[in-house]
Amino acid sequence: MTTTTEPEPLDETDSPESTDAPDVRYALPWHVATVAARRRETSSAVSLELDVPGWHGALPGQHVDVRLTAEDGYSTQRSYSLACPGTMGVARATMPTEATTARIALTVQVVEDGEVSPYLAEELVVGDQIELRGPIGHWFVWQPRDPQPVQLVGGGSGLVPLMSMVRTRHQAGSRAPFRLLTSVRTPADALYAAELDALASQDPGLEVTWAWTRQAPAGWTGPVGRLDADALAAACLPPEQHPHVFVCGPTPFVEHVASTLVSLGHDADRIRTERFGPTG
Amino acid sequence: MALISRGFRPKRESDPRLPPGQYLERGFPVLSAGPTPKVDLSTWAFTLGSPGEARARWTWEELLALPAEDVVVDIHCVTKWTKLDSRWRGVSIDTLLDAVEVGDDEQHVLARCDGGYTTNMPLADLRGGKAWIAYGYDGAPLPDEHGGPARLLVPHLYFWKSAKWVRRLDLLTADEQGFWELRGYHDYGDPWREQRYWGD
Ligand SMILES: Cc1cc2nc3c(=O)[nH]c(=O)nc-3n(C[C@H](O)[C@H](O)[C@H](O)COP(=O)(O)OP(=O)(O)OC[C@H]3O[C@@H](n4cnc5c(N)ncnc54)[C@H](O)[C@@H]3O)c2cc1C
Repeated sequence: MTTTTEPEPLDETDSPESTDAPDVRYALPWHVATVAARRRETSSAVSLELDVPGWHGALPGQHVDVRLTAEDGYSTQRSYSLACPGTMGVARATMPTEATTARIALTVQVVEDGEVSPYLAEELVVGDQIELRGPIGHWFVWQPRDPQPVQLVGGGSGLVPLMSMVRTRHQAGSRAPFRLLTSVRTPADALYAAELDALASQDPGLEVTWAWTRQAPAGWTGPVGRLDADALAAACLPPEQHPHVFVCGPTPFVEHVASTLVSLGHDADRIRTERFGPTG
Repeated sequence: MALISRGFRPKRESDPRLPPGQYLERGFPVLSAGPTPKVDLSTWAFTLGSPGEARARWTWEELLALPAEDVVVDIHCVTKWTKLDSRWRGVSIDTLLDAVEVGDDEQHVLARCDGGYTTNMPLADLRGGKAWIAYGYDGAPLPDEHGGPARLLVPHLYFWKSAKWVRRLDLLTADEQGFWELRGYHDYGDPWREQRYWGD
């Protein structure tokens, strides 16, 4: 051990950076949300539209905590990303101060034998109520006024918060160049495919690339399998454009994609990650 | 009064060691805000000091040469999972604090990490055999994605306080919020009082 009283440079960890946090601090009360609509996305994923009285809006990328309580009083919570933040990216400050009912959306991928996801996806019907609170997370967020190019990389249900960014960009009329790379097992597992195709075909600022890890659609000539450095380099905005990069999905997917992007020259400080689910 | 969820039946085991809102996890999920940093152990060092002043500094070999403790603790992540009886090896923060002078007015700590992550806690929460710099997990070196080569381990607080890739502890005379604390998470983070977010 060496003891010294000399000042030591504190490098980049000392520099205050933007936090994306709201100026006003607020507590997060539980809301009672009512299921307004449900849509089957794939054989194992369902989108729920929820009416939430008192919801003050959110930024795309944020999530909510859902709380379920059984007859015997047992209660449990899980996090779900907002598939649509309910205000379509309108900043809190410009929201009406009167509590209004907003409609938000979640997309739940069933985890077999899971406690909460099969209940949300298969048991809930229109008119049912659940408790939730949010928005949570002031880091994995895209600011709709930010004109910088954006690269999104999603694996499986990791597409959900990225879809919130894509939808918000469209609603807000943003011109920020967006590229989305979404990796799924098979075409039958693809979330939001029709909506993404429609948005991309009418908007030259949005480019969507699908990657298939198990089975590709008929006529596909590209590779099938885990995203490698070549596939990431081909589909993603180049590091020279200094895009904001958002990577979301299961932990092994996020670990692999984020470290490959760093090795391809992307600045680690510009890569934000969100990890769902357990380690492999 | 909580709303009863029609037809919801619990499936997970309950355990008196689970804090409110937590569920039992057998795997070891990962929560980080960015890519896992690459670390070169030949230049790695751990620093204890205050802003602008390094009071003690240990290289990797020097840290490993300090008395180590094996601990078995429950860990609680704010994303709702709890892992019981996780096994760690590391150096008690008490051992590190013994090497430096601590001013009476220095009652707060900010942990600083590779990648720029920070988190704050009262100094009292790092003292008295409650916190470690951990470099071993489950009988092996701590894997990178779980914070290797070394992370802070403060198991009685939510796990975001157990900063991964920790490089420095700064003693402070006034509390200063860290990365998640500035972004909506609770300043203290006691899982038994369910202090997840601002205002909890
Ligand atoms: C910030 C955040 C945002 C999230 N957003 C979404 C979202 O938008 N949509 C969504 O569907 N999920 C999302 N998740 C995951 C979600 O919170 C739950 O973990 C998931 O629904 C499983 O809960 P469960 O109660 O059904 O399973 P549990 O009863 O908790 O788990 C059952 C078993 O399955 C394993 N398991 C848990 N999750 C997964 C998984 N993803 N894949 C494989 N095995 C798993 C567990 O290790 C456990 O052993 C998010 C998680 C986080 C932390």
